[in-house]
Amino acid sequence: MQIQLNGEARDLAPDLTVAQLIDSLGLTGRRIAVERNEEIVPRSEHPTTHLVDGDRVEIVHAIGGG
Amino acid sequence: MTDFFQDQPLRIAGYRFSSRLLVGTGKYKDFDETAEAIAASGAEVVTFAVRRTNLGQEEGPNLLDVVPPERFTLLPNTAGCYTAKDAVRTCKLARELLDGHKLVKLEVLGDDSTLYPNVVETLKAAEELIKDGFDVMVYTSDDPIVAQELERMGCCAIMPLGSLIGSGHGIQNPHNVRLIIEQSRVPVLVDAGIGTASDAAMAMELGCDGVLMNSAIAHARQPVLMASAMKKAVEAGREAFLAGRMPRRQSADPSSPFAGRING
Repeated sequence: MQIQLNGEARDLAPDLTVAQLIDSLGLTGRRIAVERNEEIVPRSEHPTTHLVDGDRVEIVHAIGGG
Repeated sequence: MTDFFQDQPLRIAGYRFSSRLLVGTGKYKDFDETAEAIAASGAEVVTFAVRRTNLGQEEGPNLLDVVPPERFTLLPNTAGCYTAKDAVRTCKLARELLDGHKLVKLEVLGDDSTLYPNVVETLKAAEELIKDGFDVMVYTSDDPIVAQELERMGCCAIMPLGSLIGSGHGIQNPHNVRLIIEQSRVPVLVDAGIGTASDAAMAMELGCDGVLMNSAIAHARQPVLMASAMKKAVEAGREAFLAGRMPRRQSADPSSPFAGRING
């Protein structure tokens, strides 16, 4: 399946969970937040949220700004 | 503050702060400089931006390690948002990032070249965020009627610009800022435009409850020294405001008595 991850197309194994995606990106334990199709995916739901083809996923973090 | 005088804390949305200087975290050379400047500024409230994580790159130190939420009151901002929708999404991401944190700095911009606030979108976003339980400190124009409306909606702090973001032009319309201060029952902070210490002091002398700045410190030749200057300027301006300035006079008025002069 293919999703849009931070604005770019990415091919993933079917039925991946958000937690597995984060793990595959090496971001487990990092201070990040995840949005899927413009809805927050709370941290507690990362292991149970399965991605589907066409999902638009954003993974964000804090950076310097004023 | 001087030891014989204890100021009231700055109260925003249930928080109490002894420092009235709020700082940003952008434009620094590196995280060491960021940390040193924030320490020198004495700021307790620190704002940051929310951006896409760089995927596939080695993840370096995180800003939240430099300004840990346990030590600072973090103020996620919606810088770079041009619509109410994006600003609301950004605030929700920030709330998730900080485990339910509700205090945000809302800014919705109008265009790239001025970064002037789009007040129509700002009002829309503020309404939605407040309904969703956020405590909204709002960056806005220096229009007193817009400020009044934002307060009526329930924003917890009104933050008019002094001049354009990052311009360092100081407070271009002190009369409007004063009008906003006089009418507001929530804290008013000048956000944007501060260039140097006297601008910060001026904001506080006008009666602002605080000042928020980033570039004035980060783009100074010596950011850490400027951070220290800003701390003093905000304190000095606050004390001068509370002390009440002398009346302006048309003519001179000698400080030394006339009586007893040797040429009398």
